Amino acid sequence: MMTIGAVDREKEKKAVFVTVGTTCFDALVKSVDSRHVRNELKKRGYTNLLIQMGRGSYIPRKSCGEDESLVVDYFTFSPSIADYMRSASLIISHAGSGSIFETLRLRKPLIVVVNEDLMDNHQSELAEELADRKHLFCASPQTLGQTIQTMDLDSLLPFQSGDGLPVAKLINKFLGFPAE
Amino acid sequence: MEGFYPQDSVTNLIGFVVLIVVIRLAYVLYWSGRPLRTLSQRVSTLIVLGSGGHTAEMLSIVNVLEKDRFVPRFYIAAGTDNMSLQKARVLEESLIQKEEIGNKKDIEKIACFEQIYRSREVGQSYLTSIYTTLVAILHALWLMLKFRPEVIICNGPGTCIPICLVAFIFKVIGIRWSSIFYIESIARVKRLSLSGLLLYKLHLADQFYVQWPQLQRKYQRAHYVGCLM
Repeated sequence: MMTIGAVDREKEKKAVFVTVGTTCFDALVKSVDSRHVRNELKKRGYTNLLIQMGRGSYIPRKSCGEDESLVVDYFTFSPSIADYMRSASLIISHAGSGSIFETLRLRKPLIVVVNEDLMDNHQSELAEELADRKHLFCASPQTLGQTIQTMDLDSLLPFQSGDGLPVAKLINKFLGFPAE
Repeated sequence: MEGFYPQDSVTNLIGFVVLIVVIRLAYVLYWSGRPLRTLSQRVSTLIVLGSGGHTAEMLSIVNVLEKDRFVPRFYIAAGTDNMSLQKARVLEESLIQKEEIGNKKDIEKIACFEQIYRSREVGQSYLTSIYTTLVAILHALWLMLKFRPEVIICNGPGTCIPICLVAFIFKVIGIRWSSIFYIESIARVKRLSLSGLLLYKLHLADQFYVQWPQLQRKYQRAHYVGCLM
C-alpha cells in the first residue's frame, strides 16, 4: 500500500512555475516565498514550486518538501524556460507580453503579477484586459495569495492566437497591390 | 526717390522659400495616408525591429508578407539589442530553405541587417537624451540614404522615430516617397505609446494600426487589426 501511495503522489506532481523574464522583480519572488502564498498553493494541491528570479537579488528559501511541504527550487536564467512552462500546471508570471502570450499559447492557467514599482506601468493594461476577457488572472504581489485561494481555473477561456494577415492585407491594399 | 534696398529682396527671397516649403509640406501631408498605385512589382522594405515583444510582433507580420513583393528587406534594430537581428536572420534563412532558391549567399541580395544607434535608453536623463537623439537622427539619415526604402514598417519603441522623421523629410525634399506603416504594440490597450502618439498626431505614419478596439475608438484614423500574437 505504501508503494502505491508513493506512486500516486509521484503521478500527482503538480508544479507551479514562476517567471520574471529578464526583469528584476523581487516583490514577486518575495511574495511567492511567503508562508501565506506557499500555504495557499499547498491547499490548492500544488506540490512543487520553481522560481525563475531573473536579475532580482532576493533569494527564496529552497525546500526538499519535508513534512508534506512544497518542494521549492529557484534559478536566475535558463535557455529552457519553455520546457519548464510545458511541465507546469500553473504559471505565475510578470506582465511582459512575451511571457503572457507564450503561456496562453500553451493553454496553461496563468496568474500575471503586475509590478507596481515600474514608472511607466502600461504593462498592467494588457494583463487587466486579458483578465477581463477571462484568459488569465491578474494580481499584485500583495494580493497573490488571495488570488490563488479564490481562483476558479474552470472559468478561464482559451486564447485564440492572432496573426499578421489583417496588417499584411491593409498594407497591400494601401500600396495598390492586387489581392491574392 | 527710388532706391535699391537689398534687405527687401532678401526678405522677399526668404518669404518665397518659406512659402514654397509650406506649400510642399501641405502637399506631402495631404498625400500622406492616401493609397498609392504602385506600378512596380516589388517594393524595397525597411523593417524596424524594436526588441523583445516588439520584435516578436513584427516578425509575425513579416511571416505573412508576400516575400517576392516586399523585397529587398532591410532589417534595423537598436545597437543594444543583439537578439532581434539574429531572429530576423533565422526567419530569412528558413525562407530560403523553403523556397530552395539556392545557397545562403543569396540572402545578401534579398535581406540586409543593420544596427542603429539608439536615441534613448531606459532611464536615461532627458538632458543627455538631446545629444544621443541627435546622433541617432544622423545615423538614421545615413541608413535611409543607403537604403532609400519605399515601404517602412515599424512598431515602436523609440528606435523607429528618427527613421520616420528622416523619411518624412525625404518626402518633403523629394528624395524618396516612403509609405510608413506603424503598428501599436499589443501591450497598449487604452493609451498609445509615446512613439505611437507622436507618429499619429504629427501625421507621420501613412497608416496606423492598433490591436485593441477601444484604442481604435479613441483614435479614429487608426485601423483595428486584432491581435498579432
